[in-house]
Amino acid sequence: MSALRRWAIALGVLLLGRKKRQPRFADRPRIVPPGDADPRAEWLVLVLLLFAAAAAVGFIVVYSFNHLAHQTQYLGLALGLAFACVAAALILVAKRLVVTEELEEDYPLPHPTTQEELEQLVEESGDRLTRKRLLLTGAGAAAGAIGAALVVPALSLGPLLDTGGFYETPWRRGVRLVDEHGKLLLLDEIEDGTFYTAYAQRADKELLGSPLVVVRFEPSQLHLPPKRRDWAPGGVVAYSKICTHAGCAVALFRKPTFPVVEPGPALICPCHYSTFDPTRGAKVIFGPAGRPLPQLPLAVDSSGVLRAAGNFSGPVGPSWSGVRSKAPRNAS
Amino acid sequence: MHAVVRRALATVIVVLALPAAAGAQPGVGVKAKTGKGLYAAYCLSCHGVDGSGVTSTSHPPGVLDVHGLGPPLKGVGALAADFYLTIGYMPLADPHEQPRHTKSPFDDREIAALVAYVASLGKGAGVPHPQPQRGDISRGLSLFTEHCAGCHQVVAEGGYVTNAVAPPLHQATPVQIAEAVRIGPYLMPTFPASQISDSQLNSIIAYVQWAKHPDDRGGWSIGRIGPVPEGLVAWLIAATALVGCCLVIGRRFQR
Repeated sequence: MSALRRWAIALGVLLLGRKKRQPRFADRPRIVPPGDADPRAEWLVLVLLLFAAAAAVGFIVVYSFNHLAHQTQYLGLALGLAFACVAAALILVAKRLVVTEELEEDYPLPHPTTQEELEQLVEESGDRLTRKRLLLTGAGAAAGAIGAALVVPALSLGPLLDTGGFYETPWRRGVRLVDEHGKLLLLDEIEDGTFYTAYAQRADKELLGSPLVVVRFEPSQLHLPPKRRDWAPGGVVAYSKICTHAGCAVALFRKPTFPVVEPGPALICPCHYSTFDPTRGAKVIFGPAGRPLPQLPLAVDSSGVLRAAGNFSGPVGPSWSGVRSKAPRNAS
Repeated sequence: MHAVVRRALATVIVVLALPAAAGAQPGVGVKAKTGKGLYAAYCLSCHGVDGSGVTSTSHPPGVLDVHGLGPPLKGVGALAADFYLTIGYMPLADPHEQPRHTKSPFDDREIAALVAYVASLGKGAGVPHPQPQRGDISRGLSLFTEHCAGCHQVVAEGGYVTNAVAPPLHQATPVQIAEAVRIGPYLMPTFPASQISDSQLNSIIAYVQWAKHPDDRGGWSIGRIGPVPEGLVAWLIAATALVGCCLVIGRRFQR
């Protein structure tokens, strides 16, 4: 009981007791202009800080629940409220309880003597150097080499020096087309109006040169370049699924239901809407891509399985300078 | 604005004028005949006599002097007719427009009659009966991501392809989703059963149904279209609020 009373007294003193601070420098003249105490502001700061504490405790309470509707929102609200209360308390302290004063000081004038002295100091410090230019050249060489050493590893990030890997594809004459589960693609099972993703049999699907997008048209609808006339058995065409702009997967197939009034068929990359016409060798008809999707010549074997009849018509993957002069290679 | 007004007027005129033409058809009461009457009034100008299609502009104008254009309907089956009519893609005021989800001018009985008539024109697929309750939402998500999200966005908010809009799927019913997957309306590819099986389709539909009311853990969904609107909110609203705070608590330096 007496312990409880002592706690109550302590709390009362803490809450109600106010005391003017004894100035430590009472014997000296004041520098900061005197101001009145502001007990209301002090109370307000205290209340705000207690609010912040309560909100933070609230965060812990909400967090301790396992499942609660709108839990994330309550967490955010509690933490946000706590921070807002602390911020408000700090603003109040700064504006109402701490003396603020604006001072202006003139920019100091230059001292001519000191300036000259300094210049002399610098000049005489270099007395011992007799091969200044040679040393400067040496320092330049060291700095240049160190700088180059720091930059060179960045070459691993891009195809600046070795672009060979980009031209390697798993496709060569006779390689079979499979779907993502490894099932063989049969010519008779390819339907028109839809699109298929195919890979090279027994090759890494992650290889840039492996994935294809396969679509079927009526042979009369196809207008491939003259050299590619026999690349599309039964009207089935295959292109690299990697966009020639930035290397995204060409995942959209625009298929008109009634071609008389609707836009024509197109393969579209969802990243930047590069649009390719699959009936014309994947010519670019819209968007930022600078060259067509590489086409893979197809053939059908005696059991009706689709096979590659060679490698792609051009380099696979995103474009960079000089890409047009390269040709795809077979991965060894 | 003019185009919108003109289209609205055209719709009003067609809707007002055509029931009169339909009323002129005798034999109302028998289902197939009603369907035929409705077809003659609303569909024939573009889809031709007995669903033969109008595929060239040199074709003579049809009812109300409309110069129609439309694909043949022989063999499309009840599946396609049910989809285009229940979703309100047909009747279409202008064949050059992309059809949009609208309220159908027909009531359920009329739609059933029209569907029966179109189905009678040739052999075609019937209206599907998907069972999304037998699907698996998480499998649906991965299938939707693989086949649909490229155009329709991962929570089915819709998106764009070059020259067209991929519609959001908020209002699509399970049957309509099943139908659309099989027929590929407008510029959408078709997905035959060899691409998406019926049981996979159930999962996809289950996922799309779930995606209509996803669990927005973060609170405000901001259209659920990704980081761009979220960034805009953060920068425009939060940054403006912070600058406002600075102006309130700060004081201009007086010289």
